[in-house]
Amino acid sequence: MPEILHSLPYFVAGWLLLCGLYGLVTSKHLVHAVVCLAILQSSTYMLLLAIGYRVGGAAPIFADIPTSKLVVDPVVQALMLTDVVVEAVVVALLLAMVVKAHEKSGSVSPNDLRTLRG
Amino acid sequence: MIWFGAGLLLLIAVTGAAVVCTRDVTNQVFALGFYGLLLALMFFVFQAPDVALSQITVGAVALPLMVMLAIARMKFRERVKSAASTPSAQEDQQ
Amino acid sequence: MTERARNTLFFIAGPILLFLYAYAALNLPPWGSYRGPYGDAIARVVVYERHATDIVNAINYDYRGFDTLGEEFILFTAVFGVSMLLRKEEGSLTKLAPKLSDESGLSGAVRAVNLPALLVTTVFGLYIGLHGQLTPGGGFQAGVILATGIVLVYICENTGAFCRITSHSIVEVTEALGAGAYAIIGIAPLFVGLPFLCNFIPLGTTGDVFSSGTIALISACVGVEVTASFVLVVYIYLQEIIAGALSEEE
Repeated sequence: MPEILHSLPYFVAGWLLLCGLYGLVTSKHLVHAVVCLAILQSSTYMLLLAIGYRVGGAAPIFADIPTSKLVVDPVVQALMLTDVVVEAVVVALLLAMVVKAHEKSGSVSPNDLRTLRG
Repeated sequence: MIWFGAGLLLLIAVTGAAVVCTRDVTNQVFALGFYGLLLALMFFVFQAPDVALSQITVGAVALPLMVMLAIARMKFRERVKSAASTPSAQEDQQ
Repeated sequence: MTERARNTLFFIAGPILLFLYAYAALNLPPWGSYRGPYGDAIARVVVYERHATDIVNAINYDYRGFDTLGEEFILFTAVFGVSMLLRKEEGSLTKLAPKLSDESGLSGAVRAVNLPALLVTTVFGLYIGLHGQLTPGGGFQAGVILATGIVLVYICENTGAFCRITSHSIVEVTEALGAGAYAIIGIAPLFVGLPFLCNFIPLGTTGDVFSSGTIALISACVGVEVTASFVLVVYIYLQEIIAGALSEEE
């Protein structure tokens, strides 16, 4: 395997992390900020799966391959499976807060919502 | 196969940057859906079919749906407010 | 802090993070050289110990079933939070909604495809949910697939049917039952003298649908709970718009 591919997935995960952070910091619309948070989370998926990969390994399903074949790491995949589904509902909760903030104050820009009132 | 995976990783990096740089929120939903599908393809290349199935159903369907619902609700409220503040509606309320 | 201060802080801290991360990533073992003991140890014993062929789901619902219980309750609490935040308040704007009737209807092609798409989605979701211990799938994915099938009803403009399906209290009760059933399956072994969340049901033969004991059972409960959660969230978001559309039709 060529030398450059030894760390490419890790660099792509780091690049996605930086993109998500940049979007979150310089965002002018709260919904845009929440979507950048989802990008941040997907960078951790990339990193986790890259750590568990094994060249020449098969998918960890023994329905049609013999039990003696080498597989990639199943523990990391088990961690990520529930995470992917829970992420969507947590994003829904964050968006509910955004909708409420828009209702009460009339604006969706993070800069207008800095002080706590009431 | 290795070069296909490497090309896909670079495409994911570019699409991630594109999702962040799309400032209009309605357009960002479609970019997010495409990004979710690309990630699911990458999970297949990484030999993780369970996670890829999760990512297709959630990251490409349910997550853009949630964002669109929030945008629709905010727009609905704005339209109702602007309809309430027109002169005819104010006459009805008096 | 002001926007300017925030941006400056990011442009100072960002490159430092990038540098440290690149240094760490270059010192990791090369990609594809997984040596760790746990993955291989589990892969060797799963088919023999649990009669399940899908290792990832066996880990999720059996070896690390406690973590999945926690994640399911994260889902439950998040939906609870959404329903609290977006509850109906007095003086809501629904009585002004009927004035907005300037939208064109859907084409006949979309409406015609509604029923076949719903049938295929439901059957596929049930298949994925029941075969979690054999092939990729399981409760979480099946729940989301079934929920998108129900949202399909709303998208094809059958708002009345959508309201009847997601009649509020039934969906809430179903969600609570799904979450509680997982906890009950965990507590039940305690009465027979076994540890919490132990796999105490007879295991069956590998490759059968009714195999691997509590894994299939927990998968079904999680599927029910995830379906109800997603449907409830969609209904809560759409409450005002639906109330406006329904009173328009009267």
